[in-house]
Amino acid sequence: MGLVSMDQPQLLSKIATGDGHGETSSYFDGWKAYDKNPFHPTKNPQGVIQMGLAENQLTADLVQNWIMSNPEASICTLEGVHNFKEMANFQDYHGLPEFRNAVAKFMSRTRGNRVTFDPDRIVMSGGATGAHEATAFCLADPGDAFLVPTPYYPGFDRDLRWRTGVKLVPVICESANNFKLTKQALEEAYEKATEDNIRIKGLLITNPSNPLGTVMDRNTLRTVVNFINEKRIHLISDEIYAATVFSHPSFISIAEILEHDTDIECDRNLVHIVYSLSKDMGFPGFRVGIIYSYNDTVVNCARKMSSFGLVSTQTQYLMAKMLSDDEFVKKFLTESAKRLAQRYRIFTSGLTKVGINCLQSNGGLFVWMDLRGLLKEATFESELELWRVIIHEVKINVSPGVSFHCSEPGWFRVCYANMDDRDVQIALQRIRSFVVQNNKEVMVSEKNTKPCWHSNLRLSLKTRRFDDIVMSPHSPFPQSPLVKATT
Amino acid sequence: MKLLSTKATCNSHGQDSSYFLGWEEYEKNPYDNVHNPKGIIQMGLAENQLSFDLLESWLAKNPDASGFKRDGKSIFRELALFQDYHGMPAFKQALVDFMAEIRGNKVTFDPNHIVLTAGSTSANETLMFCLAEKGEAFLLPTPYYPGFDRDLKWRTGVEIVPIHCTSSNNFQVTEQALQQAYQEAQKRNLKVKGVMVTNPSNPLGTTMSRSELNLLVDFIKENKDMHLISDEIYSGTVFSSPNFISVMEILKDRNDFNNSKDADNIFERVHVVYSLSKDLGLPGFRVGAIYSENDTVVAAATKMSSFGLISSQTQYLLSAMLGDKKFTKNYLAENLKRLKKRQNKLVSGLQKAGISCLESNAGLFCWVDMRHLLHSNTFEAEMELWKKIVYQVGLNISPGSSCHCTEPGWFRVCFANMSEETLKLAMKRLKAFVVESTGNVNGVTTKSTKRNLLTKWVFRLSSRDQRDQQEER
Repeated sequence: MGLVSMDQPQLLSKIATGDGHGETSSYFDGWKAYDKNPFHPTKNPQGVIQMGLAENQLTADLVQNWIMSNPEASICTLEGVHNFKEMANFQDYHGLPEFRNAVAKFMSRTRGNRVTFDPDRIVMSGGATGAHEATAFCLADPGDAFLVPTPYYPGFDRDLRWRTGVKLVPVICESANNFKLTKQALEEAYEKATEDNIRIKGLLITNPSNPLGTVMDRNTLRTVVNFINEKRIHLISDEIYAATVFSHPSFISIAEILEHDTDIECDRNLVHIVYSLSKDMGFPGFRVGIIYSYNDTVVNCARKMSSFGLVSTQTQYLMAKMLSDDEFVKKFLTESAKRLAQRYRIFTSGLTKVGINCLQSNGGLFVWMDLRGLLKEATFESELELWRVIIHEVKINVSPGVSFHCSEPGWFRVCYANMDDRDVQIALQRIRSFVVQNNKEVMVSEKNTKPCWHSNLRLSLKTRRFDDIVMSPHSPFPQSPLVKATT
Repeated sequence: MKLLSTKATCNSHGQDSSYFLGWEEYEKNPYDNVHNPKGIIQMGLAENQLSFDLLESWLAKNPDASGFKRDGKSIFRELALFQDYHGMPAFKQALVDFMAEIRGNKVTFDPNHIVLTAGSTSANETLMFCLAEKGEAFLLPTPYYPGFDRDLKWRTGVEIVPIHCTSSNNFQVTEQALQQAYQEAQKRNLKVKGVMVTNPSNPLGTTMSRSELNLLVDFIKENKDMHLISDEIYSGTVFSSPNFISVMEILKDRNDFNNSKDADNIFERVHVVYSLSKDLGLPGFRVGAIYSENDTVVAAATKMSSFGLISSQTQYLLSAMLGDKKFTKNYLAENLKRLKKRQNKLVSGLQKAGISCLESNAGLFCWVDMRHLLHSNTFEAEMELWKKIVYQVGLNISPGSSCHCTEPGWFRVCFANMSEETLKLAMKRLKAFVVESTGNVNGVTTKSTKRNLLTKWVFRLSSRDQRDQQEER
């Protein structure tokens, strides 16, 4: 239907014709490879296994059962259709009160009831994607910037920047201390931005972290709160993975610091939480995004903006019913954590058997895998080379650390909760074959299941490279934090 | 350094407009025939509540669609995970078929050129982001839907320059008005990226004529970097002649007629916005769409739809509903019948109160002429009258100034969002108010009533494309 108008650049906006949508990132290349050749156990057993998509598919049966036992929760069934008209007609951007109440309660439950949330501060959005964009529109003007600890979710480049004109300034976190966020890193990033004449409006943290799968400890959260208050900048805490934490240490929400750590001075007008049901409940298709702000003006503004991405009332109604079923929620959260823990154990022990270690984590739907030992050189080019091998030869889509803006090459995010048990085994088998094939010096036998740090050193492709890797500052030394148990 | 963004602290969200203030007053004191019979009757909300029973009976007959099932098997998991911004293929197909059916199948739409959005609110904003830079402008005929001030301008930074339409020719768009608007934009140093129309019109309730549409297409043909957006959200509410003519039909006709290739790439510069909020009466489900033959626009808008996708649950339900051709045929016909009947009731009720309105054939509202009730031909007088109507008469209607009308005295009054009894009551209240304020309605001719009768006569004689005047009233 005519030529694409690239030869008429004035016809469309810069936003439309540029690549601010971020889809040229390698994060999406893997998806494309998967889309062209998707794995299926029977129809396409040689296809690419998708491990680049952070979805929670482990608890669908629980929800399905609930839906079948609660037909009145749908406005379309015989039992629920008497509410159809009212729901179909309801477009108030405040959202259904029962929906907000149920979400507030659920958010509290996922934080062990240690804090409560005010339903009137809950604002809907088109998924967390919409929530982030709306928050950026409310807090920052074009040209302003947010600090973001690396590594971070690639989607932020689009969500926070594309149509808003806001910038992102990375706060470098390193493997040397398990990628923990430090005051020093924050100060350094802030100072550099100030020197470059970039106006910082806020700090965005994801806790539990994507892609690390770790939770922020209390000290770090306190440091963060002190930092943003001192600098008078906003804090956005993306807590989308709150209920995916399956073992200790517990998840601590920023809300808890506000409520309980009263020794710290904190201006609540600076604090905002982004949430969604996409990860905790496994409903990305339903587009339930939430902005929770302690700032009244932001609540009002975001609420008006929510017109651009309201949650379908059909979905609001269903969620209201489901999330207010206390018994179900309790059972769901317990069972979900159990299944995630089990899946994590199976996957990471399978990896350890072939000498692959991951950052120790206890949440999220993925692991942060350390493949630095497999790199030809400690460069991002090598990382991408290795990544292409993983996609095209091992046939697994994983996400390279460079797409998460990681400062160190060799890390990969691998999702494990978006498939069934059998497919996990197939993936592990492929990884095993690949490692064995490429490492003629592996001493680890099939029977040796103990994690052995020695094996890390033997994952190099050639002896010579082995030396390089041992001597490089990024190699996994015996006292590497990856090996010792951390709390 | 100020704490929040400029967008958060300004009022470009447009919510200080009287359009929204009336809603607020209604919220404080809503009419209920049992609990609050003296409350304010909502006539400011363009909703279609006339045909829910048809939807409900379809649901009753189609338990699979309602219950996350396909062929009896649960597809809950599949739906819960479906977040592909390309949208559900079955839904897009059903939607384009529905859009074609509304246009009497005179045009067809390619599902690959549809972008799904969270309501037309999101569709319109997304188009602005795709077609214009901050500070550039679109021309819009007045009066226009107040929500556009927010949807098109707020977060995009795009400007709206009005094309002034007047009652002298039933508010049709003229070449002169269009050129004047363009000049105005030049004066204000605004680069014009195109024209946006709502057809059928909100708030006029009229369909655009073939000559108006051709005028607009000619305009963007000449100005090769301009776009034409046609918001056709009310396309399924055209209940009497003349028939609805979509801009896509005009393009097709011109293309066929010329038998030439699209040398001016007109097809790539015309975009249609749609939604199911008005035709199907489902505003709560947030179903909007952009249709464009421009691949770059479709690609960019599709990515932007990430910020407001349609819930998969809703896509699935509607793909089944709209895919049921027997249902859609019956629904469209019956819905129009009911809309026509209800519009007639409003018009005759208004007439009994000595009030006339712009002759209309579509929409969920009438464009009502209350100029004779103003004590002066000013917007202050219009506001005064509006306040009386909201607080004394107890009707929330939308004043023309909130729609950027250039002439004071016009009001948009909705008729499809209430029961027949409520409408009757509203008319009764209005008549009582008019009698009280003007002394009389029919019979004794005061100066204002004389003017009113003359205006009515003028309206009756003016024709839109020589259409039949023997409408049932």
